[in-house]
Amino acid sequence: MKDIIIQLTQKELRVRYKHLSLGYLWSIANPLAYALLYFMIFKIVMKVKIENFPIFLISALFPWQWFANSVGVGPMTFLGNAPLIKKVNFPRYLLSFVAVVQDMLHFLASLPIIVLFLFIFDKSPTLDWILGIPLLCLIQLMLTYGFNLFISTINLFFRDLERLIQIGMTFLFYSTPVVFDINMVPKEYQQLIVLNPVAPLIISWRDLFLNGFINWQYIGISMVWASIVLVLGQLVYNKLSWRFAEIL
Amino acid sequence: MTSVVTFSHVTKSYPLYHHITGGFKNLLFNLPKALKEMKSAKFTALEDISFDIKKGECVAFIGRNGAGKSTTLGLIAQVLKPNQGTVEVNGRVSPLLELGGGFHPDLTGVENIELNGVLLGLTRKEVKEKMNQIIDFSELGDFINHPIRTYSSGMLTRLGFSVIAHLDPVILLIDEVLSVGDGKFQQKCYQKMQEFKDRGVTMILVSHNIYDIQRICSRVIWIENHRIKMDAPAEEVLTEYKKHYCL
Ligand SMILES: Nc1ncnc2c1ncn2[C@@H]1O[C@H](COP(=O)(O)OP(=O)(O)OP(=O)(O)O)[C@@H](O)[C@H]1O
Ligand SMILES: [Mg+2]
Repeated sequence: MKDIIIQLTQKELRVRYKHLSLGYLWSIANPLAYALLYFMIFKIVMKVKIENFPIFLISALFPWQWFANSVGVGPMTFLGNAPLIKKVNFPRYLLSFVAVVQDMLHFLASLPIIVLFLFIFDKSPTLDWILGIPLLCLIQLMLTYGFNLFISTINLFFRDLERLIQIGMTFLFYSTPVVFDINMVPKEYQQLIVLNPVAPLIISWRDLFLNGFINWQYIGISMVWASIVLVLGQLVYNKLSWRFAEIL
Repeated sequence: MTSVVTFSHVTKSYPLYHHITGGFKNLLFNLPKALKEMKSAKFTALEDISFDIKKGECVAFIGRNGAGKSTTLGLIAQVLKPNQGTVEVNGRVSPLLELGGGFHPDLTGVENIELNGVLLGLTRKEVKEKMNQIIDFSELGDFINHPIRTYSSGMLTRLGFSVIAHLDPVILLIDEVLSVGDGKFQQKCYQKMQEFKDRGVTMILVSHNIYDIQRICSRVIWIENHRIKMDAPAEEVLTEYKKHYCL
């Protein structure tokens, strides 16, 4: 099992970055490019009043990108592995797991950038990171894996899911406090944020990186969401996985 | 002798899914019709199939295109599930070796071998140890480090066969690939398969080439119209088969 996971992860990395020898650079260039883009729009053009905006931005953007990438490839996770699924009997959920782990590795690889920015803005990592990072990684792994498993399974039966996912992700992005702060939302709407499965998690990440503490309240809520999504994804997968080979 | 593969009263039907795989939009606009079709539209590929394959046997499936041979192999590989009846398999099954092999077009030959190996249940270390043997057997030379999308179909067969030939499977499944290799490589394959026979590996193959079958297999199962028409020693079935189709 362990060897299968390692081998599949390697395969996934090779397939996704096949023409790139600068793998590590790529894994940080992509989030940084988005960070630069949002910085220009929201800080320079729209002049949002948030101090230390660059570090404020990337502390939420990097974890968001892990989520967005893993969910975005969801439609292709099983579809893109058709030969494998049609020829060998192995636990197919591993494909989903590996897709998510792969993006987690890229996320972890980008952590030094966050530290670097903290130092630039005269801040530094705190002891809470030691517990906070593994804990939040675990929660995000559960949440993202659940989403990926659900989407990749359903997409085998309804092949136009990809468009819906794209629209959904755009909605989700703007209803998650990534480019804005939760306190900028009018008080009467702030409660609604818990209805967004990703928002509590992203807020927790930002509190950890930017403010250096573990926000137990939001972590609790994100844990609940992660469990719901994980169970839902696994249920759908268990119900339908025996049909994969015949509809691919 | 112990059985390695047992089919009892297996029926396999494929749902005709294209109306759904057409997408959500399609489904929503044709909901009542789609739901009705989902229940009724089925294509029966195998009907009431029963047989039993013992350890070390070499069995071939023959029959016309669309008869259900590949479906049978898929059931043995346990990537497909029967709708009725039971399929029992004891022992490590090799990945289905079929035309257009390989796992991902962008992976190189070596990477495909590694993936194949671990999926078969070997550790990464074990695969590494066998790597040179596999590459030598395949005679692919430098191409082993090229992505397999650059391979010819014969080269893909070489890769596929070389891998599974060195991974100690208990049950070998081969779907029509041998005929793509050139004469010399075919010769090598037959030799290897003879070795397997002596070692007690169970081999199950699908072929349209009667001479191949005669050479390797002791038993033939003839599938016609999704049912077993004949299951007997190779000579008998092949004689009947030839007579039936005036070959
Ligand atoms: N995934 C699928 N969905 C729907 N129908 C399928 C599917 N796979 C196979 N079939 C149908 O099942 C029947 C049996 O197919 P199968 O591939 O087993 O034939 P075969 O005996 O291997 O034929 P050939 O000699 O051409 O390889 C065919 O009529 C085919 O159309
Ligand atoms: Mg076939």
